[in-house]
Amino acid sequence: MPEHHPPRRPRRETVTYASAHGPGAVPPPGGRRPVHPPARSEIDEQTTLGHTYVRSLMRSQLRAALTALGALALLVGSLPLLLALPAPEALVWAALGFGVYPVVWAIAHWYVRRAERNERDFTGLVER
Amino acid sequence: MNQTYAVAAVTAVVLATVLIGALGLRVSRTTSDFYVASRTVRPGLNAAAISGEYLSAASFLGIAGLVLVQGPAMLWYPVGYTAGYLVLLVLVAAPLRRSGAYTLSDFAEARLESPQVRRLASLFVVGIGWLYLLPQLQGAGLTLEILTGAPDWVGGLLVALVVTGTVAAGGMRSITFVQAFQYWLKLTALLVPALFLLAAWYGDGAPRARFDAPAVLRGHTVVEVADTVRIGLDDPLTVTVTGSVDSVAYTGRTVTLAPGTHHVLGGTSLSFAPGVPLPERAATGADPLGWSQPLAGGRDGHQLYATYGLILATFLGTMGLPHVAVRFYTSPHGRAARRTTLVVLGLVGAFYLLPPLYGALGRIYAPELALTGSADAAVLVLPDRIIGGLLGDLLGALLAAGAFAAFLSTASGLTMSVAGVLTQDVLPSRGVRHFRLATLLATAVPLAVGVVASKVPVADAVGLAFAVSASSFCPLLVLGIWWRRLTPPGAVAGLLLGGGSALAAVMATRAGLAPGGWPHTLMAWPAVWSVPLGFLSMVLVSLATPRRIPPGTPAILARLHLPEEITGTVPAQEARR
Repeated sequence: MPEHHPPRRPRRETVTYASAHGPGAVPPPGGRRPVHPPARSEIDEQTTLGHTYVRSLMRSQLRAALTALGALALLVGSLPLLLALPAPEALVWAALGFGVYPVVWAIAHWYVRRAERNERDFTGLVER
Repeated sequence: MNQTYAVAAVTAVVLATVLIGALGLRVSRTTSDFYVASRTVRPGLNAAAISGEYLSAASFLGIAGLVLVQGPAMLWYPVGYTAGYLVLLVLVAAPLRRSGAYTLSDFAEARLESPQVRRLASLFVVGIGWLYLLPQLQGAGLTLEILTGAPDWVGGLLVALVVTGTVAAGGMRSITFVQAFQYWLKLTALLVPALFLLAAWYGDGAPRARFDAPAVLRGHTVVEVADTVRIGLDDPLTVTVTGSVDSVAYTGRTVTLAPGTHHVLGGTSLSFAPGVPLPERAATGADPLGWSQPLAGGRDGHQLYATYGLILATFLGTMGLPHVAVRFYTSPHGRAARRTTLVVLGLVGAFYLLPPLYGALGRIYAPELALTGSADAAVLVLPDRIIGGLLGDLLGALLAAGAFAAFLSTASGLTMSVAGVLTQDVLPSRGVRHFRLATLLATAVPLAVGVVASKVPVADAVGLAFAVSASSFCPLLVLGIWWRRLTPPGAVAGLLLGGGSALAAVMATRAGLAPGGWPHTLMAWPAVWSVPLGFLSMVLVSLATPRRIPPGTPAILARLHLPEEITGTVPAQEARR
């Protein structure tokens, strides 16, 4: 696939900067990159900058996880409250017997794609 | 019901399990092969194996039984069992695989660098494993009793023997094959009869199940009451009794029982005329059958509280079940662990569409099972009840085969993980021979306890294990993976306070020590308060002991979260697949 690389590059950049400028005192990697060895060895040697890279990955993964859990709480966790209202029995059967499963799977599918993308972006960042 | 087909079907499942296990034995050579199939199991096979292992007696028999007795509110059980995998996927799956540990105890030790935390975690692994094995063995006993009339300990013993044999002989690799096979067997065994039953139900004029009023018997029904029960009547009931009601002996006499509570002695047979509303079982404080009552009974806040108790226990408890956690180590890398979990969610969700059908059909065609306390048998008796004849016998045999696959697969997974922990942390040396000894120990204890313990519906009994797991291992895993400041004293405090209090609460409830009303509801569904307690004590004690933060924490967290192509633990080509 010849078109595979060009669209990937810009996305890498965006997430790199988003992660680097995230909350907390994170040193901007832009100015330091030329004088330091590549990011990957920073991580291998467990320098402060290496830890910062790991933290940024953890933050993006945690954000994806919490988004998925929020969706689960909102769509499934609120059901007992809704079903406590006088609801026809058929609705309970439809919601709990069938409807919940596609919703859970869709959230899971979104999360897996998101988590893999976070990892791809991260690998692209540290291996360049 | 014709026993021959059912016995043949159960024998076939047992033989197939042993045979596929033996195939695995040929390829299982090194210790690593033995425990985690050398980490080469691909997502498709591994997902079928995980699902096969997870769908236990509680799923195959228990859900239908609970729905029959208490209605659609019980569908929160399968929903929770499924959603638990989603929570596991987003918080734990990939880091758990990347931790490189074999068991939950290994994870605890690697993360916290503390042998004490490891030993405590091992205790919880063994405890939760035994809590979960118990209903599997009891379910096997019930099934064999219904199918062949054998005493109820025979089924449990049979399952324990087969499981001990296959696990001790082949270890994880053979278990992976066995369990992948058993997932497809269980799905087929539930799906094919369901289609026939639905066709028969439609041909019968598609009668509706009613859950808001007492079930009505469709034909002349004779109910054999095996264990002594108390029944509650709102209206006078005319019934022909052989045996003893309210300490008065009858022999085939027709009596009219006044409204109120009546005591029916075990061994009594009650004969009901068609169209009679079935009396309901009266729950007492000490009666464990009243366990999931608050879930269905609309008493003020109890129902809502119990529902959230169940949701928290199952959503958060799945990740800490020993047999679930151990399966993630068999994925080749973290990404495969995630993809495997996604496939598992699809397989498990597809399966759970079926048990509610059996519950609803059971309410229409076999409501008297609620009275005899053997509602767990609904799945097994329906083909005979609705279809009958040779076809009914064959479908019943298929269901029996599926039920046995359920006992065997879950029990082998649990035995595998309990035995793994016993070998590493209790028995002195780590050789394969000691693993075989540990396997024996892992099944013998719950088998012995099962003989003396009282029976509770299998889905409820499994719920206990979930509550303890959610209050102990969920905080340990979540904080261990995502929080840098976790310390060994914090982990110990959280495990003891969260897991310990949940365990104490459910044990006290089962022993009938909980007073009625809110205290009973609070103790029967502890997850609502014990999970926050576990998290809170783990966080607070960790914050109070900042100097005990393990020095290797940053390195471990990096390994848990970095993709394998960066850490280099798996060849880059392999990791990108």
